[in-house]
Order: sequence, then C-alpha cells, then structure tokens
Amino acid sequence: MIPLVPVYLLALLLGPLGAPVVVWSRWLPNLFRMYGRRWSELDLPRPYLPVSGSSWMDRERWVLRDPATWRDLGWLIFQPVIGIVPMLLPMTAFCYAMGGLIGPGLFDPNGSQWVGQLYGSRWLALVGGVLLVVAMLALSPPLVRAHSLWSSLLLRPTAKAMMLVEREELTARVEQLTETRTAATDTQAAEVRRIERDLHDGAQARLVAMGMTLGAIEALIDQDPAAAKALVSKARDSSASALAELRTLVRGIHPPILAERGLADAIRAIALDSPLDVQVKAALDGQLAAPVESAAYFAVAELLTNAARHSGAERVWIDLRHLDSALRISVLDDGTGGADPSRGSGLRGIERRLGTFDGRVTVSSPSGGPTMVTMELPCALSSPKTSTFSATD
Amino acid sequence: MRVVLAEDLYLLRDGLTHLLSAHGFEVVAAVESGPALEQALIEEKPDVAIVDVRLPPTFTDEGLQAALHARQREPGLPVLVLSQHVEQLYARELLADGTGGIGYLLKDRVFNAEQFIDAVRRVAGGGTAMDPEVIAKLLVSNARDEPLAALSPRERDVLSLMAEGCSNAAIAARLFISEGSVGKHTASIFGKLGIGPSDDTNRRVLAVLAYLNG
Repeated sequence: MIPLVPVYLLALLLGPLGAPVVVWSRWLPNLFRMYGRRWSELDLPRPYLPVSGSSWMDRERWVLRDPATWRDLGWLIFQPVIGIVPMLLPMTAFCYAMGGLIGPGLFDPNGSQWVGQLYGSRWLALVGGVLLVVAMLALSPPLVRAHSLWSSLLLRPTAKAMMLVEREELTARVEQLTETRTAATDTQAAEVRRIERDLHDGAQARLVAMGMTLGAIEALIDQDPAAAKALVSKARDSSASALAELRTLVRGIHPPILAERGLADAIRAIALDSPLDVQVKAALDGQLAAPVESAAYFAVAELLTNAARHSGAERVWIDLRHLDSALRISVLDDGTGGADPSRGSGLRGIERRLGTFDGRVTVSSPSGGPTMVTMELPCALSSPKTSTFSATD
Repeated sequence: MRVVLAEDLYLLRDGLTHLLSAHGFEVVAAVESGPALEQALIEEKPDVAIVDVRLPPTFTDEGLQAALHARQREPGLPVLVLSQHVEQLYARELLADGTGGIGYLLKDRVFNAEQFIDAVRRVAGGGTAMDPEVIAKLLVSNARDEPLAALSPRERDVLSLMAEGCSNAAIAARLFISEGSVGKHTASIFGKLGIGPSDDTNRRVLAVLAYLNG
C-alpha cells in the first residue's frame, strides 16, 4: 500500500504514462469500495470523472482535475496508518487467545513448566483464551465498520462528483433512448408504408375490380342473364380474395388472437401452426401492456420461423414467465445451432424491436446446437382482465 | 329449426337472419353481446347456435367462451362459430369434448349461401364443419406427425374433406371418385387412426379430432 504512494507521485511527473498509471492504481481504492459495500453496507460508487480527451496531455489534465485523484492519494497515505488502528485490538486479542488456547497444552522442558499459565493455573489460561476469542468475535464487526467508515471519508464521491456521475448516466441513457427511438420510428414508418402498399395493390385494387364487375353485371343482367351470373360469381371470388388479403394484413399489424386471448394463447396458436413440434409453457397470471405483448409475439413468431427454416430443428420449447418485473421468454430448439446475431437480420430485427422497451436478447447457439434465445422485457403485469368467463383449456 | 344468432355487426346479423329465415330456419334470438348470448342459450334451448367469436363488451373471445360454457352445460349442443380469422387453437377447444355438432367457419363462407346453409344443417345434425383454412393450417403443421403420416395422399384428401364436414357423397363429387371408393378410404382411415366401430357421425368426429391433435 505504502509503495503505491511514490508510484502515484512519480506517475504525475511521468508525462504520457501518468494518466494510465494513476488509472491503474485505482484498483486498490476500488477494492475497498467493494469491501465497504460487502461488509458494511456503505454505498460507495466510483467517484471518477468520465474519461475525456484523447491526447496524453488531455488525459493528464483529466486525472489531475479530478478531486477523486487527490482524495484517493490522501487515502493511500493515511490508510496504512489509520486503517490499522481498528485492527490492532482484534489482532492482539487473537495472539493472546492463541496463547491461552494452545499454551496450556505445551510443556516447556527447559523451564520444566507449562507454557500457558495464568496466575499459575493452566485452566485459568484456557478460560482467558476462550473469553478473548468471544471478545474478538464480538468486537470485530463494529471495528470493521469503523474501518469502512474511515475509508468512506475519502473514498466516497464528493457531492460534485456524484452529480457528474449522475449526469454521465443520464447522458448515456439519453443517447440510448435517442437511438432506440430512431429505430422505433424508422421501423414504424417502414411498417406503415408496407401496409399502405399492400392495401393499395391488394384490397383496394380488388374492390375497384369488383365495382367494375358489378357495373358490367348491371349492363348485362337483362340481355344476357347467364353471362351476368358468371360475373356475379367472379365478383364474389374477388371479395373473398380481398378479405383473405385483409386478413393476412391484419395478422401482420395486430394478430386478432392476441387481442382476443393475450400473449400466452397467441403463442400457443402460432406453436400449433408451426410445422415443428412446439411445446409452450406459460406462467403469466395477468395482462401485459399491449405494445409489449405485440413486440414479444412478433419476436417469438420470428424465432419460430427461423427455427423451422434454418435450424434443422424438430422440437422447440418456449417458456414464458413474468419474474422480477420483467417478461422473460426463452425459446430453445434442438437444431444444429450456429445462429449468429451479428449476421442474421432476423435476430437483429428482434433486438431492435425489443430495444424500444429496454428489452434484452441473449443468444446461445454453439455450432452443433442447441440454440437458446432468451428475451427479457421490463414491464409490469396488471391484474387479469375481468371477464365473465374463465379460460378453458 | 330454431336458431340463436350472436353477431355484433348489425348488417351481418340482419343479413344472416334473412338468409336463415329464407331457408326455413326460425331465428328465435338475434343478440349482439356475450351476456345476452349466454342468456338466450339458456332460455331458448335452440337446435343450433350461430356465434361470432368476438363480441361486446370486451371484444375478446366472449362468443367462443359462451359457446363452450353452453356445451359444458348441455353436451353436444350444436354450435357454429364464425370468425374473421381461424385458429387451430380454437378449433381444438371446440372439438375437445368429442361430441360433435361443431362448426367453425370464416365469415367469408356466408357469401356462398347454399354451402353455408348446408354447413348449418350438418352442424345441427351433430356433424362437423371445419373451415378449409383450418384444414390447410393443419396440413402444414401436422404433415410429419404420426399417425397421420401413415395415411396415403388420397386418404388425407378424404380426411380433410371429412373435417370440413362433407358427406361421402359430397367427398365423392369433390374428388371425382365413386361413393364406394370414398367408403373404402374412410374405412381405411378409421383403421389407421385406430377408431373402432360406432355410429358413423361419431367416428367422423373422432377422425377429425385425431387429425387436429396430430
């Protein structure tokens, strides 16, 4: 500990090496910050200013300007002296306790007497040893706490540093939100464009055709009833196709079963439609927010499609649960593995989609399988919707 | 034949009422919400119920739940469920009790009045009427599963038409084969699916169930 101090001082004079050395030396204060948290429940966040600048001069200035650098230095100097004081008592007690516990069993042949004696009695020495052990055990926790308190005087962030740390966290959060919001609005705009195109080329066009057919029927119905009848069936086919297209479109926007039954059953429904043998286990006793449900549904649908297309899997296990205010979904398949989130656009899409909700996706897919994708979406679970009917299985 | 109809869209409810009346059905109640349907099913004891899956007040699956409840109270009560979309999940729930008298069709099927009325009659008579789209989904998802894998392609065709609710005569007409060979195919299907002899309607329902459960 003491040797660190000259290293520290030297580092400040080292020029280009100064900043890296100081930053390296922070492991020791950081270690004691961790001890403070673990042993004494003192919250000691790292107080350092965020890294700034890239040239060594800038770095040097960054390190020197940081009050935490100087407070660390102060702690490094005084810790060996002051930090040891609270430890002296238990250490001394420990030595005497050992004397009291072991000494009465040791015979000194030179002095022709037992090593451990108190007022001439080995039994008294033993009792003394036991008492000292008890005292040591009783004293240690408050002393450790005293030690941590002393450390925290210098190791805890100053009010200003706290503010800076907070500001840094906020900046990172704002950046992340900006990023996910951009992704979300982009995806949404693309989605709306796709819907517009599908309606324009699909249902709208078919309705136009139907209108024209109806016009032709009107013209024909008196002169040529047979031809008119044929056209009627054509118009009916057109309306059926338009409906089929609208149905597909609606499924892509918001699957009806999701609205009717919620996430668990909607996933059971796509599990049934999948060519793979899919088992769904769901433990959700409540309702999720609609946007979360929808994002989770499409993510699982995408994963199932992937599994059926690329993985060579035969069986898939899906597990849904709400734990620690987050929706956790894992999708496991017995395929050949090797799914790479950095290459597969599907997995990237899922990450983007869930990113809007601060969701996380982890993929484990060693080559040879199995593939396990875990998704975690922070969200609240509201009480089950009040329905006059209970779900039947 | 007495019908209870539950559909929240006025135009469709009205259209269906006319269509059914024109074909000699008596629409004893045409309701627009889940609770009203429950009540009508208890009070009217209809010969068949035609029910939209999604109904007020929650616009979830109230119609389906009301139908399932009614069938719990009164097993085999014929119910024809209509929806804008079809799900295997719902089809299974409807068929799960194995008593037949179940129809599950897209609303589009109403366009073809003859076929629709035919489906209503079949359901009322204890048969099944599954939407071709449900069958198509089943074919995709159960293609590899036993014991369906044991069926020949022809037997599969026959089974899917059977699931739609076609009679042997109708299947023969659709597949351009004789009614006799349809009979042979159905016997072979019952054999492969391990369905023992009982009355024909019930066996057909069981075959469809086996089909659904893959």
